[in-house]
Amino acid sequence: MASQAIPAVRLTFAPASARRLLLFGGIALIAGGMLFGDVFAVFVLHQNAGRQGEALMAAAQAVAAANPSAAQQVFSGLGGLLEDRGTKVDAHVHMTDAGYLAVLLALLQPYIAFPHRTARLLAALFLAGGVLLPVGIFLIHYVGVAYSPFAVIGWASVLADSAGALLIGVLIAEGWGVWKYLHGQRAASGALEVTQESGWSQRVLLSGGTLLVLLGFLHGAWCSAVDLYRHEEQETSILQNILQDAASPASLSAARVEVANFGNLAGARAVEIAAHSHIIEFGFLAMLLAFVEPYVFLSERWKRRWIGVLLAGSLILPLFVLLELKLGLLAGGIADLGGLMVVVALIAMLVGLLRYSGSLDRPRSAA
Amino acid sequence: MNGSAKLLIYGGICLAVLGMLYGLHYAVFVEHQTLDRMGGSLTAAFVHAAERNSAASAMALAAYGHTKHDYVRQVDVHSHWVGLAMIMVVLGVVFGRVQFPEAVRFWLAAALLAGSFLFPLGVVLQTVDHGRLPFALAIAGAGLVIASMTGIAWGLAKAR
Repeated sequence: MASQAIPAVRLTFAPASARRLLLFGGIALIAGGMLFGDVFAVFVLHQNAGRQGEALMAAAQAVAAANPSAAQQVFSGLGGLLEDRGTKVDAHVHMTDAGYLAVLLALLQPYIAFPHRTARLLAALFLAGGVLLPVGIFLIHYVGVAYSPFAVIGWASVLADSAGALLIGVLIAEGWGVWKYLHGQRAASGALEVTQESGWSQRVLLSGGTLLVLLGFLHGAWCSAVDLYRHEEQETSILQNILQDAASPASLSAARVEVANFGNLAGARAVEIAAHSHIIEFGFLAMLLAFVEPYVFLSERWKRRWIGVLLAGSLILPLFVLLELKLGLLAGGIADLGGLMVVVALIAMLVGLLRYSGSLDRPRSAA
Repeated sequence: MNGSAKLLIYGGICLAVLGMLYGLHYAVFVEHQTLDRMGGSLTAAFVHAAERNSAASAMALAAYGHTKHDYVRQVDVHSHWVGLAMIMVVLGVVFGRVQFPEAVRFWLAAALLAGSFLFPLGVVLQTVDHGRLPFALAIAGAGLVIASMTGIAWGLAKAR
């Protein structure tokens, strides 16, 4: 049987209320950011890494040929490749993180003592910043410094930085709203209805999420203790070897091996960072969804299905990202599938939320 | 809302604002210049090697290593402060379900807040001080975060 809409919730979850705006907008941002990340991983990431290796080898060949201008030219192209990759990673991360913050603010609305109109304006501003920030970051690579009055900062960066400042401004304002709540004022959106009792879905999401976050913390601590400095030393030493080998044309094949080592090292670092950040993000997402779950208008069986898909995807992606170095593209494909499972679960939840809000609104319009 | 939940929610919002302000400052005043310097020194290492000037090449490579060392840590601080802040706020909302006395909950919240602030601070201080203090701060902060999260997970697991 589907969850029933609770009339008392109408006040806090009214049409165009700050809470509804932030919840829908936040989940759409998270799903959009994840989908973008999945597309980036499949169509850009590996191809970009391959081109970086080719560029490094071309630079080694320029060194072997004692041709400084060719080396310079290779690196101007390599800088573009790194910027292309970096801005896409940043756009993915900032879009999903802005989504998390939006859902978080939706949960906090009853603790934020503002009138409806102010709360709604702040919510709209936050969502605008959450969209413009990743769009600005994404455009940095394509716009460059065209028509910019600054030497290294282009208009896309200005857009991204302004959107970031907008998010900070809204967060400070929301913090002020919490401060007012703590000093006795109450939110216009009514009392907090986050219950202290929990059903199966909430318990599984909350405990599964906490466990994933904890696993991510432990993995991050292990990587920084064991690998961080070792990898940094390895990178410098591999680059040194490339330069030494390339300096004598007879050793160019040895330089080729070192370029491959450089690529493997970059891959090892990338998968460690990706596994660490994704397992924590997905754990956090599960914890957030534990609070949103009562608003999802799906039958208990379907709720359990999407929770299973969400948690399975949350574990599959980081696990198979880590296995990518051993199993190659097969593991990469499975990891991408894990990401897609999380996106599908999120979209299913968004559908459930839409059905819930529809069930709330219908009696009002009928009356 | 009890004291421990207030500490987590308000501390989390403050930490998120701090992390975002740091990120904005970094993006506007530091990042582009750092990336330029990093790319420039790596290019210089290869150009000098092509000119058969191995001493200048080695110096440029060392400069690249130092800049990259700092860049990785500066970016990490922004993401860790904001990420840990969001976890604190979510835990603040659910902190009433952690099955411990309020005094224990308060110390868990305080440890999580202190660890979440100190761990990234220790990481970023490694860019200005190569001594032991920043490492000690980062390790102590990370230890506090992991220990308090374990305690909170245990408290939540006890809830039925």
